[in-house]
Amino acid sequence: MSAAIKERSREEYKAQEERLRDVWANPAGWRYWTSVNNFQIGLWYGSAAFAFMLFAGALALLMRLQLAVPDNDFLSADFFNQAFTLHGTVMMFLFAVPIFEAVAIFLLPPMLGAREMPFPRLGAFSFWSFLLGGVFVCGSIFFNAAPSAGWFMYPPLATDKQFSGIGADIWLLGLSFIEVASIAAAVELIVGIMKCRAPGMRINLMPLFAWYLLIVAGMILFAFPPLIAGDLLFEMERMFDWPFFDAARGGDPLLWQHLFWIFGHPEVYIIFLPAIALMAMIVPTFSQRPIVGYSWIVLAAVGTGFLSFGLWVHHMFATGLPQISLAFFSAASEAVAIPTGVQIFVFIATMLAGRVIFSTPMLFGTGGLAIFVIGGLTGVMVALAPFDWQAHDTYFVVAHLHYVLIGGMLFPVVAGLYYYYPLIDAKKLSDRLGRLAFWLMFCGFNIAFFPMHLSGLRGMPRRVFTYPAEIGLDWLNLISTAGAFIFAAGVLVVVFDVLRPKHREPRGEFNPWNAGTLEWISEPEENWGVRSIPIVRSRYPLWDQKDLARKVNGGRYYLPDAEEGWREGLVTSVLDAEPIQVLRVGGTSHVTIVSALSLGAAFIALTFHWWIATALAAITCFCAVIYWLWTGTGEIPEKPEKDVGLGLSLPLYASGPDSVGWWAMFITMVGDGTAFASLVFGYFFYWTIHIDFTAGIAGPDAAWSLAAAILFAAAWGLMVAARMFNRRGATAAMRGLLVLSLLTTVGASAAGLAAPWSPGMDPTRHVYPAIVWILVIWVLAHAALGTVMQAYCLARSLAGRLTPKHDMDLSNVVLYWHFLLITAVITFVTIGLFPAAM
Amino acid sequence: MGQHFSLSAASLLLASGYPGARSVLEPAGEEAQQIAVLFWVMLSGGAVIWLGVVGLLLHSALFNRRRLAEKSASSIILWGGVVFPSVTLCALLAYALWLMPGLRPFAQASSAALRIEVTGRQFWWEVVYRPSQRPPVASANEIRLPVGERVELSLKSADVIHSFWIPPLGGKMDMIPGRTNRLSLMATKPGIFRGPCTEYCGTSHALMAFSAVAMEPEAFRSWLAAQAIPAEGAGASGGALFLRHGCGSCHFVAGTDARGLIGPDLSHLGSRVTVGAGILPNTEDAVARFIARPDLIKPGSRMPAFDMLPPDDIRAIAAWLRGLQ
Repeated sequence: MSAAIKERSREEYKAQEERLRDVWANPAGWRYWTSVNNFQIGLWYGSAAFAFMLFAGALALLMRLQLAVPDNDFLSADFFNQAFTLHGTVMMFLFAVPIFEAVAIFLLPPMLGAREMPFPRLGAFSFWSFLLGGVFVCGSIFFNAAPSAGWFMYPPLATDKQFSGIGADIWLLGLSFIEVASIAAAVELIVGIMKCRAPGMRINLMPLFAWYLLIVAGMILFAFPPLIAGDLLFEMERMFDWPFFDAARGGDPLLWQHLFWIFGHPEVYIIFLPAIALMAMIVPTFSQRPIVGYSWIVLAAVGTGFLSFGLWVHHMFATGLPQISLAFFSAASEAVAIPTGVQIFVFIATMLAGRVIFSTPMLFGTGGLAIFVIGGLTGVMVALAPFDWQAHDTYFVVAHLHYVLIGGMLFPVVAGLYYYYPLIDAKKLSDRLGRLAFWLMFCGFNIAFFPMHLSGLRGMPRRVFTYPAEIGLDWLNLISTAGAFIFAAGVLVVVFDVLRPKHREPRGEFNPWNAGTLEWISEPEENWGVRSIPIVRSRYPLWDQKDLARKVNGGRYYLPDAEEGWREGLVTSVLDAEPIQVLRVGGTSHVTIVSALSLGAAFIALTFHWWIATALAAITCFCAVIYWLWTGTGEIPEKPEKDVGLGLSLPLYASGPDSVGWWAMFITMVGDGTAFASLVFGYFFYWTIHIDFTAGIAGPDAAWSLAAAILFAAAWGLMVAARMFNRRGATAAMRGLLVLSLLTTVGASAAGLAAPWSPGMDPTRHVYPAIVWILVIWVLAHAALGTVMQAYCLARSLAGRLTPKHDMDLSNVVLYWHFLLITAVITFVTIGLFPAAM
Repeated sequence: MGQHFSLSAASLLLASGYPGARSVLEPAGEEAQQIAVLFWVMLSGGAVIWLGVVGLLLHSALFNRRRLAEKSASSIILWGGVVFPSVTLCALLAYALWLMPGLRPFAQASSAALRIEVTGRQFWWEVVYRPSQRPPVASANEIRLPVGERVELSLKSADVIHSFWIPPLGGKMDMIPGRTNRLSLMATKPGIFRGPCTEYCGTSHALMAFSAVAMEPEAFRSWLAAQAIPAEGAGASGGALFLRHGCGSCHFVAGTDARGLIGPDLSHLGSRVTVGAGILPNTEDAVARFIARPDLIKPGSRMPAFDMLPPDDIRAIAAWLRGLQ
């Protein structure tokens, strides 16, 4: 009798497992590339980022060959300039940031005990955008068309067509596209970490890696938009001659520097923090104990994130800003050393309190820290304005930044590679090769970069394609070149170790290092992440919760089955991770590739001013995205609730702040608002640098501006009313209000357009009309998108996909309208009323 | 006597053709001197801290055999990660902030007797000396300053952003279109230094430098007086070729009909330490090579190549320019 029950339950277990496997399976053949699974996307993303790194490294070797001897003519000046521009650009935008998005997409779901990221298709979209944009930007050098104005693209060198060619457009459009991909990934990471943790994993039990990624994704959200706003101004100047950075017409090249470094400095920490996060996973495992000072390190990471936004001016110490602001930014730049110190001492304390197994990952980790500390100390030096006046833009800074980034980022990444590689196929990388690679990289790095401190102090500026003999730089540069090649040999050993065939090696254990965190129970050959979603009670559940792995893999926890044929995960509450909903995520689809590629095509066509192709690609992208939303989001489930196991039943549908879609919209709009704030900052920046920033040009009509603001407010009010009526079941009233709001929005936009139009403001004449127009265009573009959303809601309602109970679409659109209202009111009050008030 | 000696020292250096290599750590100016001290202080402190941290790291990773109690480990974080860096950084910051007003006193510096206006251009420097109560003196690609006297520099740009730097004298200052930045320098020792452009400014950024010559005040004044009048050699025969081949439409040579303002002022080219904006020794051969193929010597330069001229003419023009002492 009991044997029969056992037999039946074993069969049922098998059937469950089969169903689950089917649902999560990757498509076969070429369709494999339409997969959206986090495991695949993470792997592709990481491999692509790594390949871009090797490409940029090869460029660096070419540059080192050119600089090996004085007055060398191995490379032309122009090629060298393209090479250093691409080297910096690729390392920053195509390697350092994406590699962590890749690692996060790969690791986070299993680490949080989740099945998937909340928006797998968005992750795939982000990857394909990144790949296309990256190939486009990198490929340009083979056509001698790569950007050559430096990765910082200072105007007027980069804006003025007499100084720079198409390379500048390729940089701007290619990277804007990649920035969009990065923000998409950041939205996904934030929502994933906040809403998709395993039940019981309260926020203070979260693995440190998740904490760091949450902070970093938040930083991306506030750091990238200023750059996107800057890119917009930049491209308007290049394409249509709007004089944002042209001093002759009231513009100022320094505005770009502010916007660029408001992005650029947090960027350094966006790169550095995730690497420390990897260390925070590796160090406890090999110290065989939990981290010491969990709260210390979390607070330090949060502090670093905050401070990093207050340091940007230390890149501008030589621009002639007032002494008082230099003093302020010197102090802030020194302060950031403190949380960084805390993080290093947390590792030291953990090792002292444990018993350390000195494995290959630890070798890379501690070696990286030894290098990083030198970079940190020279950072303390250059943070002081007086010393920076000497060191700025010399090889001293080249040495400093490579000590920081290679010690603080590349070495920990390789440590992470050696640590996490077994997750791919339960096989370790070679210890012998790892140690060889480490010593080659460590020695090569120091031989290459240490002498650069001295060449900088001896007066060697950055970004020079050659230098004269007899000024004391010959030997230093020759040594640096030799070191660079030793370093590169080390990197190649790592590449070889990863790529060498391993099919003859036996598979090892799933958890070869005896680590304590959840990612180590996932079975490499399965696509489902976790067989069942566990209840977590500890920071190191594999150490503290007995039998966890067996129970999880035995399907004893939540959602062990996929009886309705959906990919499902749990949504939990933000702080306490109490389960609140079953989330059905999108599966394999080609729509992500189509929309990413068509968006990329639009950007590429725009670079070459192929207007018709741009329009066609943009329309394709628009249709693809609408199709994606219509078929893949806001589905009304066939039943309101489902049994997830362990006697728990959860709703299948959520709307408003309970739903992940609402959070994604909110987070996206925060980023969008940051970009808008950057444009407003530009407006007031011009106001502060000129005595009369209107230059006597008639401003926008106050009456039209006021009318626009009022009409936008009315349209917003109608939207809020529409949502309210819908919830009460008054579907017809809701539809009427939507139409009315749409018409009001059109009217508001027309009034907004009339404001700068009626006095005949010409944006090419002076920066004042230009900045007014760009703000108006920003609002109008958002209003246009708003009307599309209104029409979409109307269509969903008519199609029966938006009902009084299932109003996720409408609720998200109303959220969008809150932000649109703020944007519109600020814009029209600023442009219409502020000049009059002055 | 001292003055005589330094003059001859300067001419010895001039003869060698290149400005002496002087680093930030061999200061010859007031600002650089104080920054060098700051650097040595930071370097010694940094070295001690690095040894301490890495020593602790290696000890804890390799040799530590007793597990420290969690409480003691936490206090390591507090003392090593918070208290020690806070105290050290506060002290260092106070030192640096205390230095700053003295280093760049341009708020009250309009009292300087000499103002030099330097305008950055792709890829050379336009220089105008504005001594108080005397007419301005134009030059290019070379900056001379009197030892022991404060000089105020007005830094501008005519095209893209450049940056002005004389390592042994003091820190750098950007030259930004639409803005005038001020920098005040005081040389304390005579010498010839290389001043490279330190903001990336396009194709030949690497080939944009100037020679800075710090001279004893008396020598400086007589030099400036000589620069204010046309060079003696201006009337010599090569000048006619210079004008006939159109060089005067871009270059200015005092005392001749060459009145162009697009390229560098060549009025006293022969007296300069280097030619081509700090990249070639001032020899007849170098000048001739530059005239023939400026695009080879300095890619992206605005000057067209003149290699279609008869070589004899080029040599004659070069000889004449060298004669503009």
